[in-house]
Amino acid sequence: MAQQVFAYIIHKDGVPDDTALEMIAAARRLDPDASVAAVVAGTGAKLDGVCNDLVSSFSEVWKIDNEALAYVNAEVLRSLLVRILPKDGIVLIPHEHFGMDLAPGLSIKLDAAYLPDAVDFEGVEDGKLKAVREEYTGQVSTHVHCDISQGAVITVRPGSFKADESKSAAGKIVDKTAEAMEGGLPGGARRFLEIVEAEVGDVDITKSDVLVSVGRGIEDEDNLEIIFDLAKAMGADVSCSRPIVDAKWLEKSRQVGTSGQTVKPKVYMALGISGAFQHVGGIKGAPFIIAINKNAKAPIFQVADVGIVEDILDFIPELTDRINEMKG
Amino acid sequence: MEILVCIKRAPDTSENEIEVNRDGTDIERDDLVYSVNEWDNYAVEEAIQIRDKVGGSVTVVTVGDDEDEEVVRREMAMGADHGLLLSDETFNGSDGRGISAILKAEVEKKKYDLILTGAQADDGAGQVGGMLAAMLDWPYASLVNLIELIDDKKIKVGREIAGGNQEMNEIDLPCVLSIQTGINEPRYVGIRGIRKVASLEIPVHSAGDLGIAPESVGETGARTKRIDYFVPELGEGAEILEGSTEEIIDKLFELLKTKGGLK
Amino acid sequence: MEAALISPAKATVLGIPTVIFSLLIPLVGIGIFTYIIALRLKPLVKASSDPRLDRLPTRFLKMLKYAVGQYRHPRYKDAGIIHILLFAGFMILALRSITLVLLGISEGYLLPGMDGILGDIYAILKDYAGTFVLGACLAAMYRRIIIKPERYAVPAKYGKDHTWEAVLVLMLIMGLVTCDMVFEGSLGAAQIQKGLPPEVMAPMSGTWLAAHTLRFAPMDLLQTLHLGAYFSHELIFFFFLCFLPLGKHFHVITSLPNVFLMKLDKGTIKPVQWGVDDDQLDELESFGVKKFEDFTWKHMLDFYSCADCGRCSDNCPANAVGRPLSPRFISIKCRDYSFKSYPLKGKPVDGQPFIGNVLEEDEIWSCTTCGACEEECPLLIEYIDKIVDVRRGLVDDGMVPQSLQKPLNALEKRGNPYGKMEKKRADWTQDLPEDVTVKILEKKETANTLYFVDSITSYDDRIQEIGRATARVLTAAGIDFGILGPAERDSGHEVRRFGEEMLFQELRDRNTDAIVNTGVDHIVTADPHTFNALKHDYRDIPPVTHISQTLIECIQPGKLRLKPVEDPNKIYTYHDPCYLGRHNNIYDDPRSLIDAIPGIHRVEMAANCRDRSFCCGGGGLMLFYEPIEEKRMGQVRVEMAKAAGADVIVTACPFCMVNIEDAIKTSGLEGEMVAMDLVELIDRHMITEA
Repeated sequence: MAQQVFAYIIHKDGVPDDTALEMIAAARRLDPDASVAAVVAGTGAKLDGVCNDLVSSFSEVWKIDNEALAYVNAEVLRSLLVRILPKDGIVLIPHEHFGMDLAPGLSIKLDAAYLPDAVDFEGVEDGKLKAVREEYTGQVSTHVHCDISQGAVITVRPGSFKADESKSAAGKIVDKTAEAMEGGLPGGARRFLEIVEAEVGDVDITKSDVLVSVGRGIEDEDNLEIIFDLAKAMGADVSCSRPIVDAKWLEKSRQVGTSGQTVKPKVYMALGISGAFQHVGGIKGAPFIIAINKNAKAPIFQVADVGIVEDILDFIPELTDRINEMKG
Repeated sequence: MEILVCIKRAPDTSENEIEVNRDGTDIERDDLVYSVNEWDNYAVEEAIQIRDKVGGSVTVVTVGDDEDEEVVRREMAMGADHGLLLSDETFNGSDGRGISAILKAEVEKKKYDLILTGAQADDGAGQVGGMLAAMLDWPYASLVNLIELIDDKKIKVGREIAGGNQEMNEIDLPCVLSIQTGINEPRYVGIRGIRKVASLEIPVHSAGDLGIAPESVGETGARTKRIDYFVPELGEGAEILEGSTEEIIDKLFELLKTKGGLK
Repeated sequence: MEAALISPAKATVLGIPTVIFSLLIPLVGIGIFTYIIALRLKPLVKASSDPRLDRLPTRFLKMLKYAVGQYRHPRYKDAGIIHILLFAGFMILALRSITLVLLGISEGYLLPGMDGILGDIYAILKDYAGTFVLGACLAAMYRRIIIKPERYAVPAKYGKDHTWEAVLVLMLIMGLVTCDMVFEGSLGAAQIQKGLPPEVMAPMSGTWLAAHTLRFAPMDLLQTLHLGAYFSHELIFFFFLCFLPLGKHFHVITSLPNVFLMKLDKGTIKPVQWGVDDDQLDELESFGVKKFEDFTWKHMLDFYSCADCGRCSDNCPANAVGRPLSPRFISIKCRDYSFKSYPLKGKPVDGQPFIGNVLEEDEIWSCTTCGACEEECPLLIEYIDKIVDVRRGLVDDGMVPQSLQKPLNALEKRGNPYGKMEKKRADWTQDLPEDVTVKILEKKETANTLYFVDSITSYDDRIQEIGRATARVLTAAGIDFGILGPAERDSGHEVRRFGEEMLFQELRDRNTDAIVNTGVDHIVTADPHTFNALKHDYRDIPPVTHISQTLIECIQPGKLRLKPVEDPNKIYTYHDPCYLGRHNNIYDDPRSLIDAIPGIHRVEMAANCRDRSFCCGGGGLMLFYEPIEEKRMGQVRVEMAKAAGADVIVTACPFCMVNIEDAIKTSGLEGEMVAMDLVELIDRHMITEA
């Protein structure tokens, strides 16, 4: 494939996001011979740190360095990217909150095809990419054809491609700042103000080793007691999926997921959780996952190590009793 | 403020079992019930609340055919002032870009201050809002969970980002926003409300009314097309523990001990 | 006959004939009273209609039973006895009060017919009446000031304590009877001193004691006391009369009419507007109660009639678990709002919106419609219809809690609150043994009886077991039955009671068509909510019975035989479901059914059984609502069962089953206590032909 492949890299505090190496894997899936250029925006030492990190994985690292990009604003970035990217390039962007802000508009300005939230690629034929997506909150999958011959913007679901940690490249850093800034700083119609941090709850689950996580299967707020009892018996912390927070049964700081916290425990108990990707996407570091759900077909059983098909309302109190017995 | 909300009729995921049909061309639709896409409903509620605060009107629009009209009507029962159906044979099979182009043509017929869409719909793409904004050259913000009116030239929005944090931005009007669930508590629309709007006239605009060239939309214009539906082969997945509840608890207890789950 | 003392009709004080006051006080009193009553009637006159003059003989008898007979008052023994004494006293003394007014104008006046033996008998009666009224008032004061029963307390959010009002009125009443005792006693003493034939005075009565205490008092003191007591009495009397419509003692005036005009049809819900047929409903501008003036005149009269006794709230399960609902304060708040909006003088207090200020949304959604309040109220005040009307208003304005919107949308789209597919509604029948077939009554299958299953029994994993048990039991009893299957929709019982009237009517109409098409001549159901809906909300369908009624009729002739109880050591208790017990008076059939099992040991939850049963938490849409509460109703009920010494709670309602089983788990009583449905109990003890 003659088109150049670009991966937009998200970073924080001088370190690239996990998705950075996933983009490489995705690009290779797209075209095994692709030489992938990382595109990174930011400023100062933090940006340099990220670029230096990326050169071992990407053949080129295109950087845009400007003070105004200390917090990257998608509206601004889009115009800068349009100035430096070739019209027929393939741009991979992670499908998360920044990607969702940037990618659709970028595809219009580049006059490129748009393929959102891809979970797998199955090859390119006659300029058409065959990819896999999901619909109806993951209940079914679809194959799509995307005509990438005139360029494409593709958002990739974080976690669907295994990070390529080979670090076998010896890339060079290309400073694209001047080219990007030609014509001045764009995108003034939207201005970043500040980040309002989530209220710090009484527990920081991102630091927990063992998490007892509860989902819709708990059915009622009053039943949460059994979860807390189990956590107490295990010496674990309680976390949850989004519906529990939406219902205001637990604070947002306990939510595991792409719009909540990212957790890295050793052991993760998913109780009454269906396993939607937005939730699973918050679990990193390959913990030992135990899933208990009364629905044998729940997607969580695909990602768990061990599964039990039981109603948590019946099972958990018994488990708690046993643990407390054994503790003596 | 003149607000336009783009809505879509979608199968209600909570009241349906979504399955692939026999030949993989579509999902099984025989027993499906439809309603307005959940995210779009939050957007309409937000629009109505803004209008009630500062005046103006709320228009809801959808791209589809006759059966999609019911969601326009429902949102009018909820409180939207006007409804529009953009319908034409040539629109069928449009991809996200095509839909956005059709909406853009409608937007240009009137002066709007604010356009809202839901953050995503049944196909999980979340693309129309951003595309429409870029086509109109209006600023855009996605995953909006808070809107604060400043004056008639700009507003403040909060976006839902990772870790439960909120990214606050100031954005000039006119703009496009995609709305995340939980931004408000949508009001209930009962049977009585639906009946009250049952005989309202909902204008239908065709490709001709909008001045859209057929090659730019529909299947012909689409660069991304769905080929089929399938259910992926499940991998090995979890080891399911069997036996009596007692036995399962025994095994689980042992596992927790060895894996460091018990402190 | 020489008068021992100068009567108020003839006396002069400071040169003024006191008869002027005898005329003035009543005239002014009655004048002010009339003005106040007219003002109180104003909102009622403008209010919406509420036909209450049907079945007059029945109404009259109910009035005799509840109002005159004070039938409900002894449910709280101490207060009940005190009130019966006060009420009896009032009734007896009414004639005396009229006589007294006229005595001030015409000396020695007697009402027609009272001049002979009848008058003497009455004189004795009234003396004792005055005496026991005084005793009752003292007892009541003691209760109010010293004992302070819990149910009179006013939670801070509802304002200041009401004890002063009660004490003031008690003192006024004591003043009245005491003044009469002194008025007559002073005359009696004077007559004795002068050797004149004394008034008839009942021995040991207050009047008699007054006379004998004053026996040796100087004549001019007696004269002063006589006149003083008289005019004090008149002033107190007319002050009291005008005070009545200003607070909770309005019930003194409105109680008999309020009971006479009571709601006769238990278990029903009033139409959206009386006089507006279902097919005219679309023309109404607004549904339900959104402001005070939307209430019917009878509901307004109810607000006036509240005696602030607190018996309703004391039995309200929502109140007991800390939900923001206290029926008593709905009445008091609305009454006070009405008084403020139609003030005696001046302009109404600024037009406060009604919902959100006087009544709050959470308050209104917290009600499970269990009917405990209505069962308890001595004035027959209705609460359920009012709450449903306010809910109708909230639904009309889209103000429905998010937790209820989902099941309502599911009911609209799928005919059940779970959103499950219609075609799977009869799937529960698949797990039945071969010899038990459940016919689906569409197409060609017919049967005598329709078993109306309803949504929870059709779709809930646990409750499907009750459905299967019902099918087995009906088969064993030899009943030819079938179900509607996928054509069945939710009965809509809670949909109506949660204010979504039009959705209810859609469900009702669909079900009615399906039922009529089957050609059955009888309907049976194991779900009391369904039973109540079919019986009271639906029209023109075959008669319906609850399964307990059907089965008890099979036990007697031996169509269904039961073997001895499985575990003779277990103690069983029966929990009366609200919609079987209170709303439909079915208390005995389920008990007889349980007792028909040889050797079964059953106890009652003594203080809370039958019409004092404690709601499990509610059914239908209530299962989806997320209330603010301190505890769950089910937990309170399970504790009652435990206190009664029971191991097994037998219920006869699927929603009670869900709530109680849940409560057993969350109370940590798993293993110690078990919940079992009545039909499941029979199923386990049936003797089926081997």
